[in-house]
Amino acid sequence: MDDRKNIKMVLNIALLLVICIILWWGQQNLSAFYIRILNLSAVFVVLGISMNLVLGFTGMFSLGHSGFMCIGAYVAAILTMSPASKEIIYFMEPITPLLANVQWPIFPAIVAAGIVSAFFGFLIGIPALRLRDDYLAIATLGFAEIIRIVVTNTITITNGALGLKNIPSVKSLWVYWGIAIITVIILKRIINSNWGYAFKAIRDNEIAAEAMGISIFGHKVLSFTIGAFFAGIAGALMAFLITSVDPTMFRFTFTFQILLIVVLGGMGSLTGSVISAVVITILMEVLRVVEQPMNLLGILQIPGLPGMRMVIFALGLLLVILYYRQGLMGTREFNWDYILDRIDSIRKRGTST
Amino acid sequence: MSVDIFLQNVANSITLGSLYALIAIGYTMVYGIIRLINFAHADLLMVAAYIAFFGILIFSLPWYWAFILAIILTTLLGVTIEKVAYRPLRNSPRISVLISAIGVSFLLQNVAIVVIGARPKPFPRPEQLVWNINIGEISFLSLTIIIPIVTFILLAVVMFIVKKTKMGIAMRAVSRDFETAGLMSVDVNKIITLTFVIGSALAGVGGIMWSMQYPQVDPLMGLFPGIKCFIAAVMGGIGSVPGAMIGGFVLGFCEIMIVAFLPALSGYRDAFAFVILILILLFRPGGILGENTVEKV
Amino acid sequence: MMKEVLTTDHISMEFGGLRAVSNLHMQVFPDEIVGLIGPNGAGKTTVFNMITGVYTPVEGQIYFNEQNITGLNPAQIAKLGIARTFQNIRLFNSMTVLENVMISKHLRRKTNIIDAVLGLPRYNRERHEHYQECMALLKKVQLDDVANEMATSLPYGKQRRLEIVRALATEPVLLLLDEPAAGMNPNESLELMEFITRIKNEFNLTILMIEHHMEVIMGICKRIYVLDYGINIAEGNPREIQTDQRVIEAYLGVDMDA
Repeated sequence: MDDRKNIKMVLNIALLLVICIILWWGQQNLSAFYIRILNLSAVFVVLGISMNLVLGFTGMFSLGHSGFMCIGAYVAAILTMSPASKEIIYFMEPITPLLANVQWPIFPAIVAAGIVSAFFGFLIGIPALRLRDDYLAIATLGFAEIIRIVVTNTITITNGALGLKNIPSVKSLWVYWGIAIITVIILKRIINSNWGYAFKAIRDNEIAAEAMGISIFGHKVLSFTIGAFFAGIAGALMAFLITSVDPTMFRFTFTFQILLIVVLGGMGSLTGSVISAVVITILMEVLRVVEQPMNLLGILQIPGLPGMRMVIFALGLLLVILYYRQGLMGTREFNWDYILDRIDSIRKRGTST
Repeated sequence: MSVDIFLQNVANSITLGSLYALIAIGYTMVYGIIRLINFAHADLLMVAAYIAFFGILIFSLPWYWAFILAIILTTLLGVTIEKVAYRPLRNSPRISVLISAIGVSFLLQNVAIVVIGARPKPFPRPEQLVWNINIGEISFLSLTIIIPIVTFILLAVVMFIVKKTKMGIAMRAVSRDFETAGLMSVDVNKIITLTFVIGSALAGVGGIMWSMQYPQVDPLMGLFPGIKCFIAAVMGGIGSVPGAMIGGFVLGFCEIMIVAFLPALSGYRDAFAFVILILILLFRPGGILGENTVEKV
Repeated sequence: MMKEVLTTDHISMEFGGLRAVSNLHMQVFPDEIVGLIGPNGAGKTTVFNMITGVYTPVEGQIYFNEQNITGLNPAQIAKLGIARTFQNIRLFNSMTVLENVMISKHLRRKTNIIDAVLGLPRYNRERHEHYQECMALLKKVQLDDVANEMATSLPYGKQRRLEIVRALATEPVLLLLDEPAAGMNPNESLELMEFITRIKNEFNLTILMIEHHMEVIMGICKRIYVLDYGINIAEGNPREIQTDQRVIEAYLGVDMDA
C-alpha cells in the first residue's frame, strides 16, 4: 500500500515537471495569439472547477458566478491601476480619495480579489442558501445582477458604466496556468477531504447527511464561499488578460459558458471541468470562423453569422443535458490507480504464463 | 409632485403592472404544475413581438392578422419546448431540467440575434390601437386603458378555466399531487400541455402589448421582464394565479412609484425587484397568497 | 428511579391543519429496546422526525438525557448522540460502502479544512483513525469485504445493515431504527433480531424501533408504544400489547403475523 503511495507521489511530481516544461516551451515559442487563448482557457479552468465545486459536488444550483467574477475583476483593477491612469479614466467623477493613490503589485491584488469576493460570497450565501434549487438559481442570478447594477451606479469607486481601462497587462503563461494548477490542487485536496465528502453527502441526500451530523447550512455556505473566492481570482485574472473591465462584461453569458463547461465536463468531475474548459475556450475561438464570411471552394459566399457561436453552444448544452447528462467524465476523476492497476494486471498475466 | 404627474405615474403603474401580471401567470402556472422555473417563458414575449414586427413590416399583414399569427405561433413554440426540452427530463434530477430551461432561453435569445440582429428596432404601433387621449391638462396613450382592459379580460378567462372547467380542476389536481392525479386517470401530459398553451398564449399577448407600450424590439427584451415577472409570481404566491396577478401589479406599482418619488434611485430601478425577491424568499416564501407548508420528509 | 434517556413530553405535530401526532408522552430508559408500532400512517416516522429535529413539535418538549432538545436541528442532535436509520433507505449513492460510513465520523472531527488543504499531519492522523474505526465497524458486521463497492450495488438486506452501521459510526447513545426489517423474509428477520441485540450490547446502545414485523417487535422489545392516528393508544410489554383490545381493533384487518 505504501509502495503505491510513493509511486503516485513520484508520478505527480513527474506530471508537474512535464507541465512546467510545456509551459516554458510555450512561453518561448508560441505566438501572442495562442498564448492568449491558453491564458484564457486557464481562467476558464479556474471558473469551471470552482463552479463545479458548488454545482456538481455540493449540488447547489448557483447562477451567481459572474457576479463574483465582477467583484474580483474590479478589485484587482482598482488596486493595480496607476494613480495617473486613475486620474484620466475616472473623468465623470474622480475616484474616491481612499483609492486614488493605491497601487499594488499583481499577486497581492489577485489574492485580495479572491478575499473580497469570498466575503461577498459569504454575505450573499447566508440568505440565499436557505433556498431550494430553483429558488436558489433565481436568487443567485438576482444577486449577480444586483452586483452589476451597484457597480454601474457607484461611479466614484468603479467609474460606473464607462468601466476601467489601462489595467496592467499580464501575459505570462506561468501566471495564468500557475494559478490554475494551484487551484486544481487545492480543490482536489478539498474534494478528497472529509469536507469534500460532506459536500457530496449533501448533494446525494441532504436529509441523511444532516442526520449523520453534517450541518447543512454551514457546509453549504463554506462551499459557496470557496467557490466565490476562486471566481474572484478568475475575475482578477480576466482583468489582467483583457486589461479593461466594464459592468456589461459580466452578464449572464459568462455564467452560461461556465455552466456549459461544468455540464459538458461532468458535474462532479474536476478532471472533466479542466478538459472541457480548455476545449470550450478553444472552440470559442475556432467557431469565430462561423461568424465571418466564408468562401467555399471559391464558388459559394456564405455570409458571416454573428452570434452563431452562442447558438451552437446553446444547442450543445441542450444536447448534453438531454441525451448525455453525465457529460465527458460523469463523476470519475483522472487518477493514477486506474493506470497502475492495469499495469499490475498485465504484469500478473505475464508471470502466470 | 403635481397631480398630473402623479396621475401619469399611476397610469404607468397600472399599465406596467398589467403586463407583468400577464407574464407572471405563465410562470406561476408552469411552476405550480411541474415545479419548474421556465427560464424560456419570457423569451416567448420576444418571439411574439418579433413575429408581429415581421408580419406588419415585411409581410405587410394588417395588424390584427400579424398579432393573431404571433400569438398562435408563440403558443406552438411554447408547447414544443415543453415536449422537446422538458418532458424527457421529467424523471431526472431537478437541476437537469433547470439547466435545460436555461439552455432553451439562451438558444432563443441567440437565434434571435443571429436571425434578426442585436440592434433594437422600432416596433410599428398600429394607429387604430395607439392614439393620444387628452382630458384637460392630462394627456395619455390609449394603451393605458386598453392594456389593463385586455389583461383583466384574459385574467378572468384564465380564472374561469382554472376554477370552473374540468380541465382546470384537473390542473389543480396535478399541481397538488402529480402521481395521484395520474393514477386517477388524469392525462397528465395533456394537462401539462394545456398549462403551457395558456401560459405561452398569455406571454404572446404580453409580448405584443409590451412592444406597443415600449415600442422597441431587441433579442434580449424578455430578459429583465422575465426575471421580474417570476419575482412577481413569487411575491403573489407561486402556483397561485390570483397571486401572480397581485404580484404583477404590486411590482409594477413599486417600480414606477419608487423611482417617481426618489429619482436619485432610478439607476437602481431594476435592482428593486431583486431586493424584493430576496426579502420575500427569506421572510415569506409562500408569498402574499401562498401557503407556508412544511415539507414532508 | 432510572434517569430516562429520552422523554417526549406531550408532543404534537401538525401539517397544514392535520394533526399527525397528538399529545404523545413517551419515555425510553437506558439499555432498553423500545418498540413503536401502529397501522400505516399512524405518525410513527413523524415521531422520529420530531425527535431527530427534522420537525419541530407544535406543542410539547423533547428531552434527551435531561437536556431539552426541542427545536434543535438534526445535525446538532446527531452530535448530542441520537442516530437514526430511514424507512426508505437513504444511502449516499455516489459513494462506496466505506465512504458512507466515513461520513459519520465528520461530526466528531477536531481538525479544520485548512489542515486538510495543507495536508497537515494532524489531519492525516485523524483521517487514518477514522478510517480504522470505520473498517473495524464494517468488519464487525461482515461488510468489510465490500468496503470499496458502491453502496447502492449491495443487495437490499446488506444495504439496510449498512445504514445501521453508518448510524453507529456517529457514536450514538440512542439509536432510532425506522422499519429495519422492511422487505425481509422470516430468516432475514431472525438474523436482524440477533444483529440488533448484538450491537445493542456491544455498543451500549438504547434503541427505539419502528416496525411492522410483529415477530421482530415482540421478540426483542421490552416495552412497546402503540400509535393510531397520532395518538398513543396503548403501552406495555409484548404480552400486554398482544392482548390489548384497542390495539387489536386498530389493526383490524391487518395480519398480525405479517
